Amino acid sequence: MTTVFTFRIDGKDVAGSEGQTVMEVAEENGIDIPGLCHLEGIHDRGACRLCMVEIAGSPKLAAACMTKIAEGMDVTAHSDVLLEYRRTVTEMMFVERNHVCAVCVANNHCELQDMAEGLGVTHFDLPRISPKVDIDASHRLFAIDHNRCILCLRCVRVCDEIEGAHTWDVMHRGLETRVQTDMGIPWGESTTCTSCGKCVQVCPTGALFEKGRAVARGSKTKRPFLPWMKVVAEERGL
Amino acid sequence: MSEMPAAARAVRRRATTEEVHEGPARATAYVCEAASCMSAQAHDITLRLGESAARAGLSDVMVKRVGCLGLCAAGPLVEIAETGRLFDHVRPDDVEGIVGALRKVKPTDTRASQGPFFEKQVRVATENMGRVDPESLDDYVAHGGYEALRTVLSEMTSAEVRDQITQSGLRGRGGAGFPTGLKWTTVAKAQGSQKYVICNADEGDPGAFMDRSVLESDPYRVLEGMTIAAFAVHATEGYVYCRAEYPLAVARLRNAIRMAQRAGWLGTGIADTSFSFDVQVRLGAGAFVCGEETALIASVEGRRGTPRPRPPYPAMQGLWDCPTLINNVETFANVPTILRKGAEWYAGIGLGKSKGTKVFALAGRIVNTGLVEVPMGMTLREVVYDIGGGIIDGRPFKAVQTGGPSGGCIPAEHLDMPLSYESLIEVGSFMGSGGLIVMDDTSCMVDVAKYFQDFCRDESCGKCVPCRVGTTQLWMILDQITRGRATLDDLAQLERLARMIQRMSLCGLGQGAPNPIFSTLRYFRDEYLAHIVDRVCPAGVCTIEPAEVMA
Repeated sequence: MTTVFTFRIDGKDVAGSEGQTVMEVAEENGIDIPGLCHLEGIHDRGACRLCMVEIAGSPKLAAACMTKIAEGMDVTAHSDVLLEYRRTVTEMMFVERNHVCAVCVANNHCELQDMAEGLGVTHFDLPRISPKVDIDASHRLFAIDHNRCILCLRCVRVCDEIEGAHTWDVMHRGLETRVQTDMGIPWGESTTCTSCGKCVQVCPTGALFEKGRAVARGSKTKRPFLPWMKVVAEERGL
Repeated sequence: MSEMPAAARAVRRRATTEEVHEGPARATAYVCEAASCMSAQAHDITLRLGESAARAGLSDVMVKRVGCLGLCAAGPLVEIAETGRLFDHVRPDDVEGIVGALRKVKPTDTRASQGPFFEKQVRVATENMGRVDPESLDDYVAHGGYEALRTVLSEMTSAEVRDQITQSGLRGRGGAGFPTGLKWTTVAKAQGSQKYVICNADEGDPGAFMDRSVLESDPYRVLEGMTIAAFAVHATEGYVYCRAEYPLAVARLRNAIRMAQRAGWLGTGIADTSFSFDVQVRLGAGAFVCGEETALIASVEGRRGTPRPRPPYPAMQGLWDCPTLINNVETFANVPTILRKGAEWYAGIGLGKSKGTKVFALAGRIVNTGLVEVPMGMTLREVVYDIGGGIIDGRPFKAVQTGGPSGGCIPAEHLDMPLSYESLIEVGSFMGSGGLIVMDDTSCMVDVAKYFQDFCRDESCGKCVPCRVGTTQLWMILDQITRGRATLDDLAQLERLARMIQRMSLCGLGQGAPNPIFSTLRYFRDEYLAHIVDRVCPAGVCTIEPAEVMA
């Protein structure tokens, strides 16, 4: 038997089971908490900081995707301050690398673009960092353009947790951080990649894409295949 | 070739000189063989002293390698134990003089005053520093080592040990000052059959070298503290996570673990009781963020050293998801003495909620660069002027930076402030691990803020967006200010971003990164304005670029 907790999000009374996160319960109740590293079906890492919420009684903000619910909790998911912070985080994601929507394969199919639109980011105050980064098109079917990577690491997690290949991982640190295949060799030379394409499917931006697609023809179908796989895994007791 | 074998070799060479000079000692010369004196050829001095004393036929004289004597600026240091006479900046030519002084030592000699640098200190965590041979277990035991552990194992319950630590008022010496007794109790009560104790020796703050000196000078004390902690929280395995940049500390620690295992102070059935505990060393690969406890745990587990959101705290879910006690080197180093001398004694030192002593590393524009341990509540002025000997060349004091890259700059107006966890936070700084960087009027505070931001930018692990991108953005604005190319709007942007990064970052690195900016803005806003409005650097440090001509 699971314990049910009742608490409040943005003044709305909600209920959830013990072990659920604030993000999950919010989603169930139609409260939209933004997030880019969060993806149902893979483990959360609380890194994009878009889902930060205020919890009454705590001086610190908390990542909704990783905060377990508790009885009587009073969560503020939307406030002027949070909106400003979320706008700045989104802006930071844009200025960190070289996002040019007009020539991006994911134009109009991009979660980062949607995020900026939803939060009302109309222009950038922060200077662009404009680093020189690589494109790896050595794989037969797919390519990665690091210019568009926001390091949500969905690809790393889906490859490890769902496909079980662990082809993707992370190298270097700070602004130099990059996702990499097989200890930093070109993707096409990877011996562990199964070419399943899950990484491409979960990528929120145009960083990972199928070859042979033109601008704005992003084929991201947004099929929610991970929740389905999770249910199958649970049913089989995996 | 790496430095590691060289440090290990020193251990063996020293053993041969000791054999020559063993016996009842009438006079003893302590030679500081901690990293800074070693880098000034202190080991060579030890060997020469040994040879020279032998040539002079002094068979009742001992030349002993000891840990840090504290006055690192004046190394290599040699102290005559009986008279307290200190020889500084010792060079090979000075050896004969020291042997002459050793010859003159009489049994009736008493230690003379060594001046305020030594006299004003209160030594708890560093009580054996400069007294015991860091590579000799026998010497540690001869100085009261393992007495506390013996008492704990034979006469106390784990709850009594925890009570003692709670009553002593000891708080985490890694910087945040979390009550140690409470942490121990949490781990002890946490569910789980397997528990771990981790010693955080990943000291990385610029200008801080307390943990290094403790490990180099008295490694057994840290091991004893860890073993007592393990008994108190029911742990059976421990790790020391030490940065690889400390080869001498690692070599001495490994030697100490081997010796303690052989003597039955580590391993199965410690001191003929049923209690078992063993320690392994893990080396950090140069990432500052691995000093953060969740990143440290990830690193010990063999994963990428990045932090994760807390809760769950390591006390509940730490190493391999087991309850884990993580304390700093200095915290563990205090434990044996607290149990030997009693909680009341320890709680009697200090100020308010900050009990006991704190080890500080004095660095920067200060005469006596070195390592000191002072009671909490001592004023900054006493530390800087009495113990530290004041500013080099008698220049005016400008600020002292505490708490590393998460700390702040304290200006002259707060010189008479007592040092404690609370008072430092009140003035916008942070205790941190204990680095004190003293600055005079030749330092530009904007440049100082830029330096620390550059550090954070470089050390950001890259996991969360506010820290990964934000620290670089802050640094870029500061860089513009120091070039005289910023506007007042940029300054407003700097403050806005700093507040956001402080609140939105995942771990202490990002949350603390804007602190140097906040504190320099709080006390030295005029310097920022001078760079922006008047386009001059008052300290003459920054190179202001010529104004662009508007076409």
